[in-house]
Amino acid sequence: MPRVAAAALVVFAVLYVLVIADPPGEFGGGTWRTTNTGSALDDPSSFLTTVLDGLTFAGLLFIVASGFSLIFGLMRVVNMAHGAFYLLGGYIAYEVQQRMTGSGFGLQPGEVNTLEWVVPWLIAMVCIGVFGLGVQQLLLRWNQGQDLRQALITIAVSVIVADQVIAHFPRTVPAGIQPYGGNAVSISWPGWTNRLVDLHVGGVSYSLSRFTMLGLGIVVGIVLWLWLHQTKTGLVIRAGVDDRQMTSALGINIQTTFAIAFLVGSALAAFGAVVGGSQASIAQGRDGEWLLFSLIVVIIGGMGSLAGAAVGSVLYGLVFAFAVAYLPITGDNCCSQYSVVLTFVLMALVLAFRPQGLFGRAA
Amino acid sequence: MTLDATKTGAERAIGVVALVLAVLAPLLFSDFWLNSILTQALILGIGAASLIFLSAYGGMISLAQTGLMGIAGYALANMVTQRVPGGETKGLLLGWDPMLALVLAILLTVGIGLVFGAVASRSFGIYFLMLTLTYTVIAFLFVGSVTLIGGFSPVAGVDRYTPGFIGDIANDRTRLYYIALITAGFVYLLIRYLIRTPFGISMQGIRDEPVRMASLGYNVALHRTLAFGIGAFVAALGGVLYAWWFGQLSPTTMGLDATIQLLIIAVVGGLRRIEGAWLGALAFIWINNEVTNRIPSDGLPVIGGTFNTIIGFVFLALVIVSPDGLMGLWDRMWDAARRRGRPPQVDMETPEETAMASSS
Repeated sequence: MPRVAAAALVVFAVLYVLVIADPPGEFGGGTWRTTNTGSALDDPSSFLTTVLDGLTFAGLLFIVASGFSLIFGLMRVVNMAHGAFYLLGGYIAYEVQQRMTGSGFGLQPGEVNTLEWVVPWLIAMVCIGVFGLGVQQLLLRWNQGQDLRQALITIAVSVIVADQVIAHFPRTVPAGIQPYGGNAVSISWPGWTNRLVDLHVGGVSYSLSRFTMLGLGIVVGIVLWLWLHQTKTGLVIRAGVDDRQMTSALGINIQTTFAIAFLVGSALAAFGAVVGGSQASIAQGRDGEWLLFSLIVVIIGGMGSLAGAAVGSVLYGLVFAFAVAYLPITGDNCCSQYSVVLTFVLMALVLAFRPQGLFGRAA
Repeated sequence: MTLDATKTGAERAIGVVALVLAVLAPLLFSDFWLNSILTQALILGIGAASLIFLSAYGGMISLAQTGLMGIAGYALANMVTQRVPGGETKGLLLGWDPMLALVLAILLTVGIGLVFGAVASRSFGIYFLMLTLTYTVIAFLFVGSVTLIGGFSPVAGVDRYTPGFIGDIANDRTRLYYIALITAGFVYLLIRYLIRTPFGISMQGIRDEPVRMASLGYNVALHRTLAFGIGAFVAALGGVLYAWWFGQLSPTTMGLDATIQLLIIAVVGGLRRIEGAWLGALAFIWINNEVTNRIPSDGLPVIGGTFNTIIGFVFLALVIVSPDGLMGLWDRMWDAARRRGRPPQVDMETPEETAMASSS
């Protein structure tokens, strides 16, 4: 019975977006059918833009969540400090970029060349990767298997790191903006991404920087897949995911593998932060937000599965984009404010059918 | 007299002394201590008790309790505050009868708790923790973005509209203290009673052996959902008291910081015994008060940062040294005393590992 209701809900949501929704009338107001743009039939180009919004956001989600999922899949560590790593990585990249371009003026998007984006990106990844490795070696190595205790330890780490980051960043800021206190700053994309791409479909032009975001997500996915499925290290990691004790009994040094996984997983948080900070901003509170995003993606997709992280990212990205664009606009305050409820609905729908997530294996 | 009986006796004696002190507190402590430390500790202790109840007897570490407390507070605030000239401006300002609003707020929270519980009822261990954390963050984002029920600015004036039997707690803080004390006592007795009922026993069976209980014919998901509903009821009581105590509700009431704070309180007290809730709350708030006053306005010396850095390190140290908190320390003290009378036993697992394994 709940499953019938769940299926009906999904069908209704799809029909609503495709045909039921109406464009707004001339005189304001509206009914439960009124949305900003109307249905996909009324306004195909808005529909396409929303799909692209969802997919490009999914690219970013995947970069961050795949790191979270990799660490969990291999080591059963829920790294609650993943969001704090994101925050720290973003600020480090920002500081490096400011130093490289000469701080003191507000950066215009066109003023940054590719190198001035790639170097901060690399430095942030290395810093956070090494930092994460330190946390793992110091705090998580001696208590393996105690998953709750490890989660509590990473919570403590996240509290300390987030508080310290807010106390010390951003350091270099343009004139007129308050330094420190975790104020919002943006990393700049390389100049060449700052244009619109004409898709020649329905007259839609779409931001190249958002396409870059999606492209980077796909590249991360492909590289991770090749790494896990085509190399010796990946083979050992997958063996470790399946049966840790048997793998180490076969004479493989699983500790080295754990260390590599934690390094890469943490570095991916910084990768995501540089991309996310370029597209939007780095600020106080982003740590909690990205911890939530990572949790939702892996809860939907299933912990420790690369395909799960990808599907979870796409589903959540689409729901996120469509909730904002296609909730009805009746009255003053309705209804896009309520979009966060759909996040819960999505999780509830998935968990009703598969408690372990779409690609997760039963615990 | 056996050692166990001595321990029970000692705990009873401490309990009686604590109760006498708590009842006489308004005579013994300053107004500041009574209101800012003791009342707050009682209220947050109720929230932590709901967390410890679920973890100790249901094997469910729920981070949704902060969210549920916030939901109860927000529901109450939106229902009782009135639309009067020069009055409050945020929220729905329904101006309903405070008694009706109190009952509805608690019922609503329990209802939401049952839905939350049903969705999470087939997730275990660390998955359950993650899922319930998303509940709180979703509730936080919801109240922060929906301007109809308050939006990001606080909904104020809750303490001015209380039911008749609660009285004027906005001015009479001693009265609020006793109300919090009575509620805390009620919660403690309720939980002590519940865990002895057939429902409580099967809940503990499910905590230890979910698969075996399922094959014995128990509806595991239903039991866990109902337990979560009871946890939501306790959290709702805490949330309502918090709303009266603080007078206003803002989204940060259920933010990530507040969530981690409640978890820290529960862990400091000890995730395995209900008494730990209030012990942890008192310790946390006392440290918070002592430390915050001494931090210079430009942050901690040398490393910088705020109270969070200190509590983060304290929490880290505690989880490393004694993961079952202060109550665990107490229990282990007696275990050590017991062992002294006997030949040493060979433990395959260290006590910490056993503790963490049974609570996860």
